[in-house]
Amino acid sequence: MKYLVPIVVLLGLIALFAVGLTRDPREVPSPLVGKPAPAFALPGLGGTPAQLTPADWRGRTVLVNYFASWCAGCRVEHPLLMQLAREQGVEIVGLAYKDTDADTQAWLDRHGNPYRSVIADTAGSAGLDWGVYGVPETFVVGPDGTILYKQIGPMTPEAWETKIRPLLAGTGKS
Amino acid sequence: MTPELGHFALILALIAALAQTLVPAWGLWKGNARAQAVASSAAQVQFLLIAVSFAALTWAFIQKDFSVAYVADNSHSKLPLVYRISAVWGAHEGSLLLWGLMLSGWTLAVSLFNRRLPAELSATAIAVLGAVSTGFLLFMLITSNPFERIYPVPLEGRDLNPLLQDPGLIIHPPMLYMGYVGFSVAFAYAIAALITGKLDAAWVRWTRPWTTAAWAFLTMGITLGSWWAYNELGWGGWWFWDPVENASFMPWLAGTALIHSLAVTEKRGLLKSWTVLLAILAFALSLLGTFLVRSGVLVSVHAFASDPARGVFILGFLAVVIGSALSLYAWRAPKLATDGELRLYSREGLLLLNNVFLVTACFGVLLGTLYPLVVDALALGKISVGPPYFNAIFFPLIAPLFVLVAVGAVTPWKKGEWRSALRRLRGPALLALAVALVLPGLALWLAPVSASFGSKLTVTVATWLALFTLGSAGLEVWQRLRAKRQHGVGTAVALASVPAGAWGMTLSHLGLGLWMLGVAYVTGYGVERDVRLSPGASAELAGYEFAFEGVRESQGPNFTADAAHVTVTRAGRPVADLAPEKRFYPSQRSVMTESGVDARLHRDLYVALGEPLDPQNPNGDWSLRLYYKPAIRLVWLGGVLMFFGGLIALSDRRYRLGARAAAPLPAASLVA
Amino acid sequence: MRLVLSRLFAGLALALAAALAHADVEGLNPAQEVRYQALIAELRCLVCQNQTIAESSAPLAVDLRNQVKTQIVAGRSQAEIIDYLTQRYGDFVLYRPPFKASTALLWLGPFLLLLGGLVWALRYVRGTRQPAATTEKPVDPEAVQRLLAETQAALAAQDAPARNPKE
Repeated sequence: MKYLVPIVVLLGLIALFAVGLTRDPREVPSPLVGKPAPAFALPGLGGTPAQLTPADWRGRTVLVNYFASWCAGCRVEHPLLMQLAREQGVEIVGLAYKDTDADTQAWLDRHGNPYRSVIADTAGSAGLDWGVYGVPETFVVGPDGTILYKQIGPMTPEAWETKIRPLLAGTGKS
Repeated sequence: MTPELGHFALILALIAALAQTLVPAWGLWKGNARAQAVASSAAQVQFLLIAVSFAALTWAFIQKDFSVAYVADNSHSKLPLVYRISAVWGAHEGSLLLWGLMLSGWTLAVSLFNRRLPAELSATAIAVLGAVSTGFLLFMLITSNPFERIYPVPLEGRDLNPLLQDPGLIIHPPMLYMGYVGFSVAFAYAIAALITGKLDAAWVRWTRPWTTAAWAFLTMGITLGSWWAYNELGWGGWWFWDPVENASFMPWLAGTALIHSLAVTEKRGLLKSWTVLLAILAFALSLLGTFLVRSGVLVSVHAFASDPARGVFILGFLAVVIGSALSLYAWRAPKLATDGELRLYSREGLLLLNNVFLVTACFGVLLGTLYPLVVDALALGKISVGPPYFNAIFFPLIAPLFVLVAVGAVTPWKKGEWRSALRRLRGPALLALAVALVLPGLALWLAPVSASFGSKLTVTVATWLALFTLGSAGLEVWQRLRAKRQHGVGTAVALASVPAGAWGMTLSHLGLGLWMLGVAYVTGYGVERDVRLSPGASAELAGYEFAFEGVRESQGPNFTADAAHVTVTRAGRPVADLAPEKRFYPSQRSVMTESGVDARLHRDLYVALGEPLDPQNPNGDWSLRLYYKPAIRLVWLGGVLMFFGGLIALSDRRYRLGARAAAPLPAASLVA
Repeated sequence: MRLVLSRLFAGLALALAAALAHADVEGLNPAQEVRYQALIAELRCLVCQNQTIAESSAPLAVDLRNQVKTQIVAGRSQAEIIDYLTQRYGDFVLYRPPFKASTALLWLGPFLLLLGGLVWALRYVRGTRQPAATTEKPVDPEAVQRLLAETQAALAAQDAPARNPKE
């Protein structure tokens, strides 16, 4: 009997690794999901409007997208965001993370602007409170201001279809 | 053409490996001695083919043949020759080829030194090694062919990762792989013992030197890796408990346990199935390490570029090889049950405890390494397990080992005598205590650093453990000499008559003691300081005055550097001139820290150059990190002594090639 | 996609890995500096390969260091600072995993294993004692004969390869 212990341990380890291979060790789930979105008060791009806070979109389900002109992954997801905003009318709020207004503006002029409003998080202070650790990151915030989901890394069509769209549909928004 | 030749040789090697496995297996089944004899020649052919393949890849690097994708990815036209050669094993594909070369090299050695071995045992072992080799060759050919061409041919290579452009990295991987792969021989012998059902004193005498050799190389490999990390990463650390480091450390712990349990099995014919299990475990952990490093299931500072497809292959391979080994073990090991009395207080009883602590420590490291994966797999979130955890569990688990070494030195086989052991150890223990009460204070007086009461206490206890180990290891040599001298033998003759195995053991235990001493002081009393200095300014650390003389630009073969000049004085007297650098490698657009180190046996002064804090002004302030590292050299010196201890033990007359395996079975098995 | 991304991250992090971090300790008194250095050496940089925020020079690590420093200067306790970080990033940032239900096995496992190992070793030792007790009994001459024959056979088998004509 005791001679069977090693093989049983091995089988357990192999099962563990088989599961492990399907996970991304770099992806850190946010403890903020299910919690109220952290508050901030930051200026819009170019200083207009002078101040924006999460209360501004209370009552609607929005995507809060942290991006930067210096971020390669943001270029990857950008066409999808454009499509969502244009064709599906999704409300996306952009937070320009650790970027200058001029660079952000140039980037948006060049690639298009999918955002209903763009907030300048120049120092990354909102990012810190939201637990952002690498742009792009996208949060789904419900009408009551609760964070429903966090997409780490570029938005993908799969993530949109399987994770995010159902959340938006569930709150009466397509 | 050369790359194609290398690729072709690799395919032929796969065929040879298959022949090396299947033909002897058939021969063993049918009782055909000729088919069994094929094992050795097939192994030799396989080695030649892999050597050709390895030479072909090396040639492609020397010739800067960027039409080979692997060369283009890991070399550069300006890369110095020595690094172009070490770049062969600088990334995944080539390091696998090195692994394959080592494996076939070990098999070649087995096939050459097996003349005195029972033919069946030898054929079985070589066939097992062939099976392992088959898996690796398949892995290489299917997922990781180092000879793949790219088109269009890039004009310039992407360069070897600058982190790897260091002398330590030239020999660290080959040494490490020699160790990892070397455990495959003990593994193969263990499988052969399970299949043939024969595990006698001769088997142990055959397995021991192979295990010791692999262990010695692994020890050296880990030591070199630690030394490299210290010099190259610029954080002044020598061990980070990173998954990749743990991957090499776990087989080392299991291998160390195996060396000790083999001693019990040889002397007393006891612990047979346990020894076999450890032999399987040591190699299983080597394969596990390969999986962890190359599959990307864990995040590590120095992992290879990860690829899940490779992970799936290695996991499957691991499941097949270790799964069948452990199934065989479950089936056959009960037949190896031994009889003979083992008393708790005897040399073998202490070695049994040694195994309990070593294996527990090994599983502790395994648990910590894999726990984030477990938590993730059970969807309980993500956690990190780092140095605070490992230090907290590892040191309590191995501290008793130092006492065991000391007590073991005065305890005979079969039956020990508590009172006589206590009497003989009293001297070394009290002496160690006296020094341990003085030395930590003295160290603080010589180089004042602020240390908490906790670290002072830890340093004192660790000093005592280390010195007790050192003292008792010395005591053992002295006892041996005295015993000889009482029989009227002169000192020189007496010294020469101590078996090499005993010298090796003593040296390794001395290494262990020195290692502990180094660890205690560098972690307890090591200090560091971040400073901002303008040229001409200076900062104080541990009684040393570090004066920053400024930075100038210099040009390396494939990098540009900011080279700083720091002079160190102590009480006005010059101590050292340090030249830390910050290197920029344009080919990979990466910045490397080249630390400036003044090394003495009792301390290192270590300076790493940070950032220019005033980018506009070339003569502005710089950030520097200063370290005072007491006794850190002992950490590596300990490893080096263990390595030489292993080599000396190898030369023991008992293991000489000519030595006949004719010694009778241990008396214990005759009595029962 | 995920693969591409992780490669992207990997490349970035490796490039940053070797650049030395500068922990700016200006504005901290010596006691605060000790606390600061100890704390940042146990916090994990989220974007790096496997580094503490003390070692890393990634922008996020710099931000977190500054955050820790600001909070130390503001007089926050160690527990408060750790709370602040775990609220945002979860337990992942802590290299010293907190003791809770999901980590109980991690912290206790090695010591339970040691206990199990010691019990196993003692039982093994006790298990070997029985035959020793029986050796006191008179020896069965038939068994001795049988053993002798077996031993001789074993020795002969060992010697056989030595007479291999190949040599």
